[in-house]
Amino acid sequence: MAAPQPLLQVDNLRIEFPTRRGTLLAVDDISFHIDPGEVLGVVGESGAGKSLTGAAIIGLLDPPGRIAGGQIRLDGRRIDNLPYEQMRRIRGKEIGAIFQDPLTSLNPLYKISRQLVETIRTHAEMSPSQARARALELLDAVGIPAASDRLDAYPHEFSGGMRQRVVIALALAANPRLIIADEPTTALDVSIQAQIIALLKQLCRDHGTAVMLVTHDMGVIAETADRVAVMYAGRIAEIGPVAAVIKQARHPYTHGLMGSIPAIGHPVEQLTQIDGAMPRLTEIPKGCAFNPRCPEVFDKCLSHRPDLRPAGGSDVSCWLF
Amino acid sequence: MSLAGCSRMTSATIRHDEAPHPKLRVDGLKRYFDVSPPWLNRVTEGRPRQTLKAVDDISFAIEPGKTLSLVGESGCGKSTVARCIVGLYRPSGGSIAFEGVDFASLRSRAAQAPLRRRMQMIFQDPYASLNPRWRVFDIIAEPVRAFRLLRGKSEIVRRVDELLRLVGLAPRDGEKYPHEFSGGQRQRVSIARALASNPEFLVCDEPTSALDVSVQAQILNLMKALQRELGLTYLFISHDLSVVYHMSDSVGVMYLGRLAELRDAPALFAQPLHPYTRLLLETIPDLDVIGRRREPLAGEVPNPIDPPSGCSFHPRCPFANERCRSQRPELAPVPGGAVACHAVAEGRLAPDD
Ligand SMILES: Nc1ncnc2c1ncn2[C@@H]1O[C@H](COP(=O)(O)OP(=O)(O)OP(=O)(O)O)[C@@H](O)[C@H]1O
Ligand SMILES: Nc1ncnc2c1ncn2[C@@H]1O[C@H](COP(=O)(O)OP(=O)(O)OP(=O)(O)O)[C@@H](O)[C@H]1O
Ligand code: SF4
Ligand SMILES: [Mg+2]
Ligand SMILES: [Mg+2]
Repeated sequence: MAAPQPLLQVDNLRIEFPTRRGTLLAVDDISFHIDPGEVLGVVGESGAGKSLTGAAIIGLLDPPGRIAGGQIRLDGRRIDNLPYEQMRRIRGKEIGAIFQDPLTSLNPLYKISRQLVETIRTHAEMSPSQARARALELLDAVGIPAASDRLDAYPHEFSGGMRQRVVIALALAANPRLIIADEPTTALDVSIQAQIIALLKQLCRDHGTAVMLVTHDMGVIAETADRVAVMYAGRIAEIGPVAAVIKQARHPYTHGLMGSIPAIGHPVEQLTQIDGAMPRLTEIPKGCAFNPRCPEVFDKCLSHRPDLRPAGGSDVSCWLF
Repeated sequence: MSLAGCSRMTSATIRHDEAPHPKLRVDGLKRYFDVSPPWLNRVTEGRPRQTLKAVDDISFAIEPGKTLSLVGESGCGKSTVARCIVGLYRPSGGSIAFEGVDFASLRSRAAQAPLRRRMQMIFQDPYASLNPRWRVFDIIAEPVRAFRLLRGKSEIVRRVDELLRLVGLAPRDGEKYPHEFSGGQRQRVSIARALASNPEFLVCDEPTSALDVSVQAQILNLMKALQRELGLTYLFISHDLSVVYHMSDSVGVMYLGRLAELRDAPALFAQPLHPYTRLLLETIPDLDVIGRRREPLAGEVPNPIDPPSGCSFHPRCPFANERCRSQRPELAPVPGGAVACHAVAEGRLAPDD
């Protein structure tokens, strides 16, 4: 049997920023795919390019940022070079986005009800009262207490986590086939987090929705993702099935990442940290981008850039494998 | 913490005047919001005025050099407590005292300024709290300039460079605008800004939730080092209980605007007593179990505008009885702190049930 066609296919994506000091390459030749019904977790250093990758997929890179190379396909059809109007229709209807910053997705001047109803009605034929009922249903689904009492509140009257859930409700409004979720549960307590995760998983199972889930929370990754991509300095360091990446991390960066997580019941004065900082985009070293911080570095790492190659169950870009 | 935070119920009138003041004491703090429908709707639809008790009678104290964390469900009032403490919201009731000085006794902004300078806040939302039109250098230098802590351009430059390096950014990043940074990098800018005026007391609302775990480890290590070396006092808010475990001396568990449990951190994590705390700790995502299905807390999230009678947790509590439905439990002393639960107080609920 032929493998199913991936819902999302990203090939050799490059994203750059022209600046006064030269061109910055923020995402440098990354490739991955997501199958229908699959959750791809994306983790990695702050500033590694996770949000930019998500923004490129939904066609919302902020200028001067631009796609400098590569292709993005939804269901086999290229979407990285579509005119703005076409892409706008795909966005929301076929691809739902949950941005890292819930406030920028909500208009502070409009009531929550108005924002939900407008979004629902742009994607579906519904009367205002039907759309309002659907809005209520969505707020219930994301766990807003007494949703009917709060529907007509303004965003600033909601707590951080409540606003986050409104944004999730907006993204789900049109039953999209692909959801780009950038830190969707970051400001949420563990119980609501569990509820949102269950909701996302149910969408994957029942509707074959695919999810790109960017998060810093490894616990969320462990229980939600089918596969995980680990990003560092605009590249993919490691990508593979969730168990392989979490339990048998190969790349030294993934190792360091897993080692920095505080553990309840194990008091320590200092958490293990990876010393140093991710290189600035203007100063990415030759060879492997992780080499200045890597405890395993050897001469080849300083001169040659490693590409992703199979190691264990995963693909790893490190000369040790 | 000690039981100082619960003095109102343990020793309602006795003040230990000989004891030195805690860095911060919050006593009976209340903050209500009017969330009534517009006047016209109230009249035409006969709808009543509505009040949301975001914070309803909360007391705690933080000793100098210690960290108290607030945890609890989204919307339970953590940020509202934080905003009252730093003066962004005016309390509807109760008092907030810094080193024994009640803010309410200082009428004008000018009178409060010397105290305010010594406390800073790192906001939950780094986007909303950084002015998009300012360069990062000016954002970080702003408190230094506002409080006239340093004079002369070169001294300010040196200080900002030092702060940028401290949070893992480079001095040259000062030339950039906030939108040129990723979410986590922006959060580091807001941490640098909060540290700029050499505060002694920091309110940190989800300071690391936008950061990957390796940068998080660096920031938490930095915060602990600053605490050790400079004796900083922290009020810490986070949903990540492993971070709370690592950082805290004591922990307040909030539910619907009230404290359900206030304990020394080791005691709380070793032996949570309140039924809500127990459920909270059971719901922590687990790295060791791939593909686990966590059960969200059962039952409806209560409506804060119309909270349940008696113990506001009773509709979701497996141990609730008639008394819980009618009478509100008050905080009562237990080993290492205090708990507001009838079942615990009556001994119906043994610690390890
Ligand atoms: N407008 C811009 N101008 C210049 N550089 C930018 C701009 N926007 C983003 N960058 C850079 O691109 C890099 C990737 O940013 P991105 O937001 O994708 O990171 P991220 O992986 O999502 O990080 P985080 O986990 O902190 O959210 C960062 O180093 C950032 O500084
Ligand atoms: N300005 C306001 N007007 C009306 N209601 C408000 C206002 N600010 C907060 N609230 C309400 O007060 C309650 C507590 O909000 P708060 O922001 O303190 O919660 P939180 O515990 O910080 O939650 P989160 O974990 O989601 O950040 C919520 O029900 C919220 O809707
Ligand atoms: S007081 Fe009663 S309802 Fe409230 S937590 Fe305790 S046992 Fe449960
Ligand atoms: Mg991001
Ligand atoms: Mg908050």
